[in-house]
Amino acid sequence: MTYPVQANGSSRAVPPSEASFFWRKLSEHRTALWRLASVGLFFLIWEIAGRIPISFAFPTFLETLNAFVTMTLDGSFVAAYAETLQPLVIGIAVSAVIGIALGIVMGLSRFAEWLVAPVFIVLQAAPMAALIPLITFVYGIGLVSKTLAVIMLALPVIVLNGYKAVRNANPSLVAMCYSFQGNLWQRITKIIIPDASPVIFAGLRLGLAAGFIGVILAELLITPTGIGDLITYHRSVANYAEMYAAVVSIILVSTLTLAALEAFELRVLRPEKKRS
Amino acid sequence: MRNITAQAASAASRPAGSDVAVEVRGVCKMYNEVEALRGIDLDFPSGKLTTLLGPSGCGKTTLLKIIAGLIPATSGEIRVNGKTVTGPGPERAFVFQDFALMPWATVMRNVAFGLELKGMGKDERQAIAAKYIAEVGLAGFENKYPHELSGGMRQRVGLARAFAVNADVLLLDEPFSAVDEQNRRKFQEDLLELVEKEKKTFIFVTHSIEEAVYCSDRIVILSRRPGRIAQIIEPEIDRSATPDAIRRDQGYLDTVEEIWQGLKRYVD
Repeated sequence: MTYPVQANGSSRAVPPSEASFFWRKLSEHRTALWRLASVGLFFLIWEIAGRIPISFAFPTFLETLNAFVTMTLDGSFVAAYAETLQPLVIGIAVSAVIGIALGIVMGLSRFAEWLVAPVFIVLQAAPMAALIPLITFVYGIGLVSKTLAVIMLALPVIVLNGYKAVRNANPSLVAMCYSFQGNLWQRITKIIIPDASPVIFAGLRLGLAAGFIGVILAELLITPTGIGDLITYHRSVANYAEMYAAVVSIILVSTLTLAALEAFELRVLRPEKKRS
Repeated sequence: MRNITAQAASAASRPAGSDVAVEVRGVCKMYNEVEALRGIDLDFPSGKLTTLLGPSGCGKTTLLKIIAGLIPATSGEIRVNGKTVTGPGPERAFVFQDFALMPWATVMRNVAFGLELKGMGKDERQAIAAKYIAEVGLAGFENKYPHELSGGMRQRVGLARAFAVNADVLLLDEPFSAVDEQNRRKFQEDLLELVEKEKKTFIFVTHSIEEAVYCSDRIVILSRRPGRIAQIIEPEIDRSATPDAIRRDQGYLDTVEEIWQGLKRYVD
């Protein structure tokens, strides 16, 4: 068949003209500039607040920056993160694998939902910081306790998001796969998981953020090691600039990790979103 | 126009000289306490386009999904090419009202998806998909994503996907209801060309009388819930005429009017 769909479709669907490409490029750029301005403004206010000063324990932005650069160069951040990241990486990896698997199983089976969901709903609501002393009591002060702290914070949100995502997978797509004789495995891997992936990944991002909280809590409450040790130590000797630099560094690391996860999701699972 | 009444339906519904692709025998469907379909007996002639038409809630989509094997009948049976239906099968392909395209997959992957599920190799299935993408008029859009296409174009993807698996029977569930009016007309004309070319059996659900008369070799009108066969009409319109001539043809207009007179009593 030959006919005009192509002709009238092309104006909408074919790559836009040179001019609109230029405008899009500029507006992308503009967003980045605004973000930069917002961060700059925050630092400026910080600097002013530090100079007033609002507290003797509140360093200025430039002092903190200076401490940050020094600590980066003298290797104390490298050493600290080598320790902090261990329980975090292990905990997040375990939570992601168990959490996504459990979430999918719960989404597919009412029985598994009935069996498992209440546990995680309670766990999500429980104040985890209060449970950390219990972990220490059972597992001591080593890596196991800290990893467990990360898992306890990260796992519930990953499981519950995965479960809701799978349960709400587009029924029409599932019926489509069924009507083209897709088997159960194909239905899960080719339809349900890709369809659920944005929500599963939202869960992973929240889980990762919770994992950062978990590892810092563990390092502050169980034994001071890694970045928690840097914070505790510099506070105790009143090196406030260094203490703030350590705090800023963990915020930076967790933000960058979350951004990387998001970029990975777009690239691998939902290529269509890159174009929209 | 030939009008076959419900009472004579089972005797007359087997048109002389043409094979029957799909047989519906005593199909009833209950949704809990609600009776959706009651005692449907129907033959769908092979190589023709048969439309299921009726007021909303008459169970026409339910009947189509039972034929597709997507939902089970409460009683009765469906035979396709003589074989009883127990679920979806390779001899039937479904076109969905809401297109059911995977938003994360390109046009190419969506069209080839039925073949991908069968385990066909990538090159082979893409060659087949490319042929049908061109046939429905989407050549050049292979690497677009569904959200980059208009409604009409998306449904063309759905149609190409159904063609690609080379089923004998195509089941179309209100395929144009989410497509705007102008695109719908063009799409109907193209569909007729494809019916002519592909020599497949089409079963088509619609609520548009004009669409039914324009496209169908035979129209089955269902009554309001519980759905039963109210009337079977064969428009017998000369399809060799141009689309515009058909839309102005007296036989076409009379058939539309007659169906409307029959359906009017079901409308509140």
